[in-house]
This record gives sequence, C-alpha cells and structure tokens, in this order.
Amino acid sequence: MPKRVITLTVNGETHEVAVEPWWTLLYTVREELGLTGSKEGCGTGDCGACSMLLDGRLVTSCIVLAVEADGCQVTTIEGLAQGGQLHPVQQAFVEKGAVQCGYCIPGMVMAAYDLLRRQPDPTLEEVRLALAGNLCRCTGYTKIYEAVLAAAERMRLEGARG
Amino acid sequence: MRPFAHFAPRSLDEALDIFRREGEGGRPLAGGTDLVVQLKEGGHKFPYPRYLVSLRRLPELRALGWHEEQGLRLGAGLTMAEVASNDWVRQRYPALADGAGLVGSRQTMNMATVGGNVCNAAPSADTAPPLLALEAQARIVGPQGERLLPLEEFWLGPGETVLRHGELLTEFLLPPPLPRSASLYRRHTPRQQMDIAVVGVAVAVALDDGGRTLKKVRIALGAVAPTPIRARRAEAALEGQAPSPEAIARAAAIAQEEARPISDVRGSAALRRHLVGVMTERLLREAIERARRG
Repeated sequence: MPKRVITLTVNGETHEVAVEPWWTLLYTVREELGLTGSKEGCGTGDCGACSMLLDGRLVTSCIVLAVEADGCQVTTIEGLAQGGQLHPVQQAFVEKGAVQCGYCIPGMVMAAYDLLRRQPDPTLEEVRLALAGNLCRCTGYTKIYEAVLAAAERMRLEGARG
Repeated sequence: MRPFAHFAPRSLDEALDIFRREGEGGRPLAGGTDLVVQLKEGGHKFPYPRYLVSLRRLPELRALGWHEEQGLRLGAGLTMAEVASNDWVRQRYPALADGAGLVGSRQTMNMATVGGNVCNAAPSADTAPPLLALEAQARIVGPQGERLLPLEEFWLGPGETVLRHGELLTEFLLPPPLPRSASLYRRHTPRQQMDIAVVGVAVAVALDDGGRTLKKVRIALGAVAPTPIRARRAEAALEGQAPSPEAIARAAAIAQEEARPISDVRGSAALRRHLVGVMTERLLREAIERARRG
C-alpha cells in the first residue's frame, strides 16, 4: 500500500508529507519535517515530552497518528519564539533556572503556554494541575512552577502595557 | 507499531460502509488514548487490527443539545475537555462533569472521547459510574439499523461490550434531572492526578416536593466488578425513605455487599469493599445536602 500524502500546517508553514498510517504525528514532525524540539519520552502519552498544539489543543503527539492530523494546524516548541525573541514562557524558564537536563522542557513549555492562554492568572495549584501530564525525571518541578508563575506575571504586565 | 490500513470517513454512513466492505479485522479509532497505546504495546488485549476507521470527522458523533423534556444528547465523539466544560453538563449532570474532568492529563482530556471511554470498557472508566447513575442510554448504529440500550446493558466484561462488528456507539441520551436533585462522582486514587480509580462512586438523588423523603436514588460503582455496576439493592433500600444518617449508612453497607471487587496492583478486594462503604455514605450525604440547597 503506498504512503498517503497529508497536509500539515506547522508553525504557520504548510507541508505536504507522505506518511504511513502507523506513523505518529511526533515521528512525522521530527523525522520528516526535521523539527526535533518535541521529544519522545514514554511513547505512551504519559510523560508529556511530545506535547504540541493540534488545532489549538494541547495533545501528546506520540499517540496521535499523523493521518489523524491531516489538514490540521500544528504548533510545536519551534513556533513559540517570534522574530528571534523567546516567548515569555521560554524566557522565564531561562531566568528561573527551570531547566536541568532539558528533555522534558519543550513539553513543559507547551503545556504552560496552553495554560496561560486559557488562564492568564493561575494559582500555584492550577499550574501544578495543568502540568500534571508532564514529567520531569530530574524532579525540577519547583523551579518549573516558579517560571510559569513568573511568565504569567510578565505576560499580564505586557498585556496591560500593550 | 506494526502496519495497518487507515480510513478517514466524513459521515456515519461512509464509516458503516467501510466496515461492511472491509469485513472482519477493523477497529474504530476515536481519541486514540487507549487504542494507539494498545497498538504500540502490540495489541495484547485484542487481535491486532488489519484496519482502523477514524471517527474524528463524523459530525453524527458530535451531537450536543439540551431539551426540557428529552434531556441531554451527548455525542460519543465529544472529548473529555468538551464534556467537562459544557454548561449543560456542569449544571444539570455534575457527576458527569466530575468524571470527565478526572481522566488523565489536560492532554488526555483534549484527545480522549466519552464514547471511547465507554467502549474501552475498563471497569475503572471515570465517566462510566456517572453515566450509569444519570441513567444514560446509548444509541448504537450498525448494518442492521439502530437501537437504544440502557448503558447498564452495554458492558459484558473488562474490555468487552455488546457492540458487534461494524456497529458504532454514536451518542448518549440522558433524561432531564428531576427537581430537587443532585449528582456527583468521586474516585479514590493514591495520587491526585494521572491515576486510575481504585474505586469510583457516582450518586444521583432527588428529594420529594417537601424535601423530606428521597424520591429517587441512583448509586453506581466503578472498579469493583468486571464492569461498572449499579448498586440496585442499596438504591431500593433508600428510595422512599427519609434521608436519616442511619438509612444512609444502611444503604452504604448494602452497596458494599453488592460490590464484587478483586485484588490487583491498585488495591486489595478488602480495601475496595471498605472504600465503597465510606465513599457511598459520604457521597449520599453530600448529594442530599446539595439537592436540599437546590
């Protein structure tokens, strides 16, 4: 059976990709489009390292079939920085030292980005809840939560100014 | 994953045609949070499928509507996030919002569907006890036409349902809640998030007009039997009674007898039976209190 050609709009750029039905969205984005920021951790949707937005919804792309995303908009970690400027969530992770080995961080940033779009002023408990599906095996959660809360504050200030 | 074919129909009729044409060896694919994981793990729970039929683009599975007399129509393809945040569900069927809001992470809730949760037929499924307590009916459409089934009759055992080849669960129908009623669902898990119920309990109660006796009581239990179950004897013991602490405790004790738990990695049968008693009693009290407040 020949591969199927699907259309994916990733970070605003439209691609036609030939995929096998059993390829995941994560595999396709990493191996066919060369966007290797999203990571595979568990491969079973538990750890969140592969988190990306699919039509604006946060998903674990390691358990999404690429063919299921045909025609969809995808935002990966590579799509957050604009014009060479880190997104406030990314900047806060740098400033707060929230990154240890770094493997979970793309997923953490995507989950935090998704939370702050829905809830610009979250409590610590809301941050913990929103990141429940993202595991950090360095156990660096405290700094990660601090970074998300700092990013929220900065984004509110910039929003108020802007 | 090993190879399989994938079809992406755009209507229910087209999906049914694919199952008819392709024959045995096909499986419907909803959110994928159970199925894709099982395929990655080699498909131990079922024969590895020859083909998948995606339900993602079927408008018939995304129904959502409220009617004063008929109640709620809830498409099987709605995600947990959509169900948990829907105002009709939150206001009139809060037990279902409770259950849908507990399934996995934010990511899981954005992908997993309420129909998939029911069809996966795990005894611990978090939307199952709420749907049972709220007396949901399931609409099943297949090559022989369609039928409506009380959800209680849908499951046959762990991972097993009444669905035959080529049949699809398309939507749930929930009758309108009675006046002075309330419902809720709670589960016991060692962790607050990203866990699977050791025991899940849903209750739905309605008080009579004077608020003195219980007009209707529904109690549903998850993870304590081969399928999610109703605790019918416990319900009957409480219906028509005044909601005294003694009557509530007696109903909770009967619910314990109705549970048929096993011991597994998540908890022993004795722990589960104990939890059924504690949780049923607490939930009944809370639901009755909420029904009183209206």
